[in-house]
Amino acid sequence: MKKIRNFCIIAHIDHGKSTLADRLLEFTKTVTKREMQAQLLDNMDLERERGITIKSHAIQMNYIYEGEEYILNLIDTPGHVDFSYEVSRSIAACEGALLLVDASQGTEAQTISNLYLAINHDLVIIPVLNKIDLPGARPEEIKDEMVELLDCKREDIIPASGKEGIGIEAILSAIIERIPAPVGDPKAPLQALIFDSVFNSYRGIEVIFRVKNGSIRKGDRVKFMATGKEYIADEIGTLGLAQIPKQVVECGDVGYLISGIKVAKEVKVGDTFTHIDRPASEGIQGFSEVKPMVFAGIYPVDTSEFEELREAMEKLQLNDAALVWEPETSAALGFGFRCGFLGMLHMEIVQERLEREFDMTVITTVPSVQFRVLNTKDKLMNISAPSEMPEPNFIKTIEEPYINAQIITKSDYIGPILNLCMDKRGILKNQVYLTSERVELQFLIPLAEVVFDFFDKLKTISRGYASLDYELAGYQESDMVKLDVMLNGEPVDALSAIVHRSKSYEWGKKLCEKLRELIPRQMFEIAIQAAIGQKIIARETVKAMRKDVLAKCYGGDISRKRKLLEKQKKGKKRMRQVGNVEIPQEAFMAVLKIN
Amino acid sequence: MVEAIAKEIVLRKSYLPDSNIETIYFGGGTPSVLSRLELELLMQTIGEHFTIAADAEITLEANPDDLSQSKLEIFFQAGINRLSIGIQSFNEDHLQFLNRVHSAQEAENCVRLAKQIGINNISIDLIYAIPAPDHSILKSDLQKAFELDVAHISAYCLTIEPQTVFGNWLKRDKIKPINEEFAAVQFEILIETLAQNGYEQYEISNFARNKQYSRHNSSYWKQRPYLGVGPSAHSYNGTSREFNVANNAKYVQAIQAGSIPATYEILTAADQTNEYLLTGLRTKWGVNSGKLESLSGGKFAMLHQKELADMKKNGWLREESGSLLLTASGKLFADRIASDLFID
Ligand SMILES: Nc1nc2c(ncn2[C@@H]2O[C@H](COP(=O)(O)OP(=O)(O)OP(=O)(O)O)[C@@H](O)[C@H]2O)c(=O)[nH]1
Ligand SMILES: [Mg+2]
Repeated sequence: MKKIRNFCIIAHIDHGKSTLADRLLEFTKTVTKREMQAQLLDNMDLERERGITIKSHAIQMNYIYEGEEYILNLIDTPGHVDFSYEVSRSIAACEGALLLVDASQGTEAQTISNLYLAINHDLVIIPVLNKIDLPGARPEEIKDEMVELLDCKREDIIPASGKEGIGIEAILSAIIERIPAPVGDPKAPLQALIFDSVFNSYRGIEVIFRVKNGSIRKGDRVKFMATGKEYIADEIGTLGLAQIPKQVVECGDVGYLISGIKVAKEVKVGDTFTHIDRPASEGIQGFSEVKPMVFAGIYPVDTSEFEELREAMEKLQLNDAALVWEPETSAALGFGFRCGFLGMLHMEIVQERLEREFDMTVITTVPSVQFRVLNTKDKLMNISAPSEMPEPNFIKTIEEPYINAQIITKSDYIGPILNLCMDKRGILKNQVYLTSERVELQFLIPLAEVVFDFFDKLKTISRGYASLDYELAGYQESDMVKLDVMLNGEPVDALSAIVHRSKSYEWGKKLCEKLRELIPRQMFEIAIQAAIGQKIIARETVKAMRKDVLAKCYGGDISRKRKLLEKQKKGKKRMRQVGNVEIPQEAFMAVLKIN
Repeated sequence: MVEAIAKEIVLRKSYLPDSNIETIYFGGGTPSVLSRLELELLMQTIGEHFTIAADAEITLEANPDDLSQSKLEIFFQAGINRLSIGIQSFNEDHLQFLNRVHSAQEAENCVRLAKQIGINNISIDLIYAIPAPDHSILKSDLQKAFELDVAHISAYCLTIEPQTVFGNWLKRDKIKPINEEFAAVQFEILIETLAQNGYEQYEISNFARNKQYSRHNSSYWKQRPYLGVGPSAHSYNGTSREFNVANNAKYVQAIQAGSIPATYEILTAADQTNEYLLTGLRTKWGVNSGKLESLSGGKFAMLHQKELADMKKNGWLREESGSLLLTASGKLFADRIASDLFID
């Protein structure tokens, strides 16, 4: 146990975590030259396509240092805010963290928030000044920032470049020298913390754990403490590039367990497992609960696939512990789920993963934050879907969530950023110069305004230089209204949204315009209306189709044309019918595209 | 090639459920290139292996520029009693737009000539919705047809298919996409003008005077078995459809070796129901409810109660002596209505 080191790599997005992990794996000969590729640990297609890490990824390395062999368990973590739950769980399995700071960008919003996560778990922080090879690197200046932020010694900062392989040996030495070996009692009853899991259709559910006390042997009988379910440890092992089966996983180590579990619900990330014969008296404290920021409905495109969707969501949840949901029904969309996400990117990734990994195409409805509504009977309600919103005359007050947003930017962009935040109903709370050129702006701003396109806009106006982090800052009363959409007079519940009154007209107008583009013409005219209560605030019309008839239809054409029309009919089946209007699935996501 | 086709006729003499032939159609490509001997060989082969009805409709498809006096005489003597002529338009500019080699004058002459020689049952193809500032050319095309007193007119909407000359022009912005409103108005003018002049719209694109319907095409729409011979030809025996290879060399080779180079598809009950809807609704006879039930195994009305009621309510469909028929406004949406009524 003295020879084990558990650490994670944390940083702001794109500061080079995965690239540095590549070098560490290479240097320790964990992977061969042939196996190597850039950001090797980003093994999900989505991660490779987007060039970002979505999932934390644990991998074990062996390293000989001063004649002794060490086991180093590395966890590469994502940098994007929407995946911070991945970071917080990884931290719980480690004693130390490499905190990377890009030598040209400096400390940014998630540098700070991830640092605090690590400090709160008493992790030893190893500061690394990364990307020193960049022509724009400002090592001395950024070191100043880091010393300030971390309250560390200047010489503790390791200059490195993941790309050029600079500083790798120094980092490995620091890991061994500075990070303590895990503490834990190898003789005590087994306590293993589950910090991740994956559904594998051949082998059942794979559980990733960290042994806190005791040890586990292949074939042991184990019990999951939260669910009370019992299994046999059919296969255990450690995580190399592939899984490495072992007879035993020792105290302090990180490993995987396969025990033929097929039912997704039986595994809960954050649960502890122990031995049946000699159980621990209690589980390890799990993870703090996820606080979803954005809520949206997810529905199967084909209404008959509700149960398949449920199964897919359960399986996905194994690997995405930040995803929460409950069943929901919609008049327009049928049976589906109300889901909570950590942000819009998270929502997009969930949708993509459902499609790619589980072959489930889904319709996502207008995202919403959670409002607090006090009704006329003085009952306080949490409302995260427009359909739950009471009629206006039953509402006393509506409160919406606010966030404290920290934006770190070059001082050149302060003007446009202030304008953007004001447009989003934000209030400037504080302004601190980190250096003469970099400034941290703090805003109190409604969460609802930030979830949509705020981040993209911020990046655009600051040429990519501004970074954003936020935390919930409680609720404040707001003049929110429910905006409904009607097609030929029939309300479409899945298109309703809760918006601020000052923005409702613009919203209604843009939404109607977008819907006009997306709803195909039918044999009759379609009136698209946006309304607040009884009041129509916007209207568009989809003109009737004039004609839909093929010119010729003789002998050999017939089967070709039959197939063509069958295909059209299939396409129509994927549409939803409200009253007599057929609505394509894209229309339900129109709101996301109105800007 | 013609010998191969003759041989295929022999090879396939038992394809049809009975050997009585009511219509023959020389079409696809340019059958007008057939020489007297070739045409005679084909007719003779058919005659030897099938019984051609005394009043059989024997049509040949041709373009105006193929129809010289001598050709017409050969056709007449070989027994051709109906011509389907690809006139497209009697307007020089429109013919040029359509990339046609014949002139407006040739279009007109060939009709007169055919009649002089004795082929009176004449059908012409016209194209509408050709971009124009107004509808005058369409109207004058129709006037010319009336003047020539043709028995039958097939009127097709201009279509722009990708990978055709028009498709490429469209891609390169050389022409505008067909204006749906313009096409719909032209279609309405066409129907009205033809009706006023005694042409009955017995199928979406086909109009006939004095019930001189195309008997051959009508049998496609009535799901009657037919045999097609030659490369790319298709045949239908009531339950399956066959397609000969398109490649000439492969076709000839296979036939010489005594085999039929065809692929086929078996039509399921749903396919047959859907094809009946697709073609039947386009005709003035509509689709028979009893036949729909028997083709669909008794499912049709049950599955589409709501759609049928809605369509009737909206005035697109009507029911008459046990058949479903498209109304005038329904005809503009024949495809959509048919596909809405398809079964799985
Ligand atoms: N010049 C230079 N570029 C680097 C270095 N390390 C990483 N990069 C580049 O920076 C980009 C981001 O690298 P990643 O390793 O994916 O960053 P990350 O921190 O893992 O990103 P997330 O996981 O999405 O937060 C890539 O284009 C890398 O090629 C470095 O040391 N020097
Ligand atoms: Mg990464």
